[in-house]
Amino acid sequence: MASAAFSVSSPAASAVAARSKAGPRAVPDRHSVPAYLRLVSVLGRGVSQGRSRTGCRVGITRKNFGRVMMALAVDVSRFEGVPMAPPDPILGVSEAFRADKNDLKLNLGVGAYRTEELQPYVLNVVKKAEKLMLEKGDNKEYLPIEGLAAFNKATAELLLGADNPVIKQGLVATIQSLSGTGSLRLAAAFIQRYFPEAKVIISSPTWGNHKNIFNDARVPWSEYRYYDPKTVGLDFEGMIADIEAAPEGSFVLLHGCAHNPTGIDPTPEQWEKIADVIQEKKHMPFFDVAYQGFASGSLDEDAFSVRLFVKRGMEVFVAQSYSKNLGLYSERIGAINVVCSATDVADRVKSQLKRLARPMYSNPPIHGARIVANVVGDPTMFGEWKQEMEEMAGRIKNVRQKLYDSLSAKDQSGKDWSFILRQIGMFSYTGLNKAQSDNMTDKWHVYMTKDGRISLAGLSLAKCDYLADAIIDSFHNLN
Amino acid sequence: MATLSLAASSAARRPALLPPRLLAARAMASSLFGHVEPAPKDPILGVTEAFLADPSPDKVNVGVGAYRDDNGQPVVLSCVREAERRILGNLNMEYLPMGGSIKMIEESLKLAYGEDSGFIKDKRIAAVQALSDTGACRLFADFQKRFLPDSQIYISTPTWSNHHNIWRDAQVPQKTFTYYHPESRGLDFSGLMNDIKNAPDGSFFLLHACAHNPTGVDPTEEQWREISHQFKVKKHFPFFDMAYQGFASGDPERDAKAIRIFLEDGHQIGCAQSYAKNMGLYGQRAGCLSILCEDEMQAVAVKSQLQQIARPMYSNPPVHGALVVSIILNDPELKGLWLKEVKGMADRIIGMRKALKENLEKLGSPLSWDHITNQIGMFCYSGMTPEQVDRLTNEYHIYMTRNGRISMAGVTTGNVAYLANAIHEVTKPN
Repeated sequence: MASAAFSVSSPAASAVAARSKAGPRAVPDRHSVPAYLRLVSVLGRGVSQGRSRTGCRVGITRKNFGRVMMALAVDVSRFEGVPMAPPDPILGVSEAFRADKNDLKLNLGVGAYRTEELQPYVLNVVKKAEKLMLEKGDNKEYLPIEGLAAFNKATAELLLGADNPVIKQGLVATIQSLSGTGSLRLAAAFIQRYFPEAKVIISSPTWGNHKNIFNDARVPWSEYRYYDPKTVGLDFEGMIADIEAAPEGSFVLLHGCAHNPTGIDPTPEQWEKIADVIQEKKHMPFFDVAYQGFASGSLDEDAFSVRLFVKRGMEVFVAQSYSKNLGLYSERIGAINVVCSATDVADRVKSQLKRLARPMYSNPPIHGARIVANVVGDPTMFGEWKQEMEEMAGRIKNVRQKLYDSLSAKDQSGKDWSFILRQIGMFSYTGLNKAQSDNMTDKWHVYMTKDGRISLAGLSLAKCDYLADAIIDSFHNLN
Repeated sequence: MATLSLAASSAARRPALLPPRLLAARAMASSLFGHVEPAPKDPILGVTEAFLADPSPDKVNVGVGAYRDDNGQPVVLSCVREAERRILGNLNMEYLPMGGSIKMIEESLKLAYGEDSGFIKDKRIAAVQALSDTGACRLFADFQKRFLPDSQIYISTPTWSNHHNIWRDAQVPQKTFTYYHPESRGLDFSGLMNDIKNAPDGSFFLLHACAHNPTGVDPTEEQWREISHQFKVKKHFPFFDMAYQGFASGDPERDAKAIRIFLEDGHQIGCAQSYAKNMGLYGQRAGCLSILCEDEMQAVAVKSQLQQIARPMYSNPPVHGALVVSIILNDPELKGLWLKEVKGMADRIIGMRKALKENLEKLGSPLSWDHITNQIGMFCYSGMTPEQVDRLTNEYHIYMTRNGRISMAGVTTGNVAYLANAIHEVTKPN
């Protein structure tokens, strides 16, 4: 036999290279060689010195398997073929912002509320609750898989109204979960398991992570028309047509209020029609409620759409988050609610949601749940919360007005910027395209997502003029 | 319960000209969730539920693995309380980066890999904050599925039951390897080594770094060295689940010995860490997943992919537990206090093991109970049968999992005699 000759063969190497090029989600061809084994065919091929990607000597021992020699790479890492993932389009914006040294920089990327001084804001009522919790000295025992009972009760009542018949009749399965993302993911996993033929239809556009969630949960999805670039408003007819066209029994993902990223919500009359067509097609409504209280300033008003559907007797999925309305972003507190048509159904659904949660994280984190339960459970604190929420929503409304005023005053082209006033919630869909959004960042140091979404929660009255200049420049001077 | 097929229920609800509201009322009669069955009770957490529902004053909970003091009460460590006092008034609840708290990760790596680890200095470890041990294992399992789709996981017989759920939901095929030796209530070392040798080269193994759950049976240092050697020969991948560092012997460095042996031998490991038990942070879900990579570039790539898996699961991890961990481990005084407290917990459990065994011997039990003190960590694999366990529950209101696993953390000077007596009664030969 030829003396020690080491080789990484071409077929295997190119399989690894192909996998690297194919992108982060590429699933290697079933027949390709796993990264940590190299197949060397000695017969009829020259053998040559090989080097791994990182430049280490590749030492190979040989085992004889008959005609084909299986060479096992000793030092080459199993993770050789793992490519760098692309930066998250939303969370990556904040990272880029942090790296920017320019004084004028403005972060309108992630939807996190800022004060007029552009500082993060911890609600007073949250500070109170935490102080109380520390004084009480509660223990840190595992929560049950479904979470803190007091929180689950509070969250369902907040969403549906404390005297909603579906709550009284025990028709709501509620599981505390990791904020909006975690709630959506549990629901998606449930859909995959119990409705494997169904698909989810999501608005075009929608929050970027929705697609990731359904992809990773292996639930097929398609889009329904939503945003009309011509009016910078709702394409209502397109929306209804697409919901109607979806196969019967589809899951329709709806934003309960303050649509992300557009800020465009259906009117109450439009919600009624949406409910009509969903019922007709026996679709399942699936609400993402991340901004209750944050849109209009009123918790009840913002729950209108969900309550409408429930009142009609429909079975509904609702994902909730307290990241924005209680400022509890990093505590990861939310819930998945499933309104069912019978109590025992709700019990069974709840048990299966738990079964999905257990191998994901066992039981949810306790801190945020206790804060919510304390705030909602105490009438004084609850009142204070409502007030603080009104103030936060109020600040955003003021900023919208100021931005509109600045744009209207500065822009000589006669373009109608009033869509900014019609949109609601934390975000505004400016209508800027990717090139224009890039200009916002590259020239003006204004950080936003590439779909033209700006987070008004990150805007101060003081910066409205500057932002107006940036938007006008980007809109008119770039295509 | 009528479970109509979707088609049948559509037909039943079809009257064409009814207004939506009446249609809705009909629709409610049969749920779209008709086919969803009730889930079986989780074997571990179900025990606590049953315990809580029992009105007997004598009841004893030696089910779930959460530490109790000698009064049977949950404990919040002093170092944790102090850390929380410092966190109060924290002006920032902003989202953590997707990979979690950098500080918490740094400190976790030092604990697992060694304070002066060259791997840390060379930035070769891809690490993210995870939702305690479960979350860390799940991230790794999903990573395996995505980037090593031909791999499987070898899991010890027995293991923590949720391990099976985790790799199953991640859709990674599972195999088992021999571990527990029922006759000796110890390690079936030759069976273990055979299974390691017979597994295909390059297999993935889930190893408990210390205080094996549920058996409490750990390999000796010598045995770990042999296992590590055989892993090298077979090019297996060791994934360590370390949920009890500090909790087993009382000394975190000692409890990480197995990992250090593997690192010395040149293995590239994966490791799940949890602060649930050793810092008493159960409900905070604080943990860390780390994977030792070839070099810094690869570590950056692997970390980015772990974050990519976490983003559609929960976006970013919870901050509170991470803050507690990093404050404690970063402050020498607090860290010293923590080390003292974790030793205190471990010592109490070691003391209870001794007491339980002595009580059983005093009662004249003819069986050997050496395994109670040979085993280590929170759990004792008693060797009792499910039927014997049922008798313990039904006749003596003693709650534990039916595999005979006793959570020693639930044993106190107040209940050890009662427990010993009950065990003796149900196990004595007739």
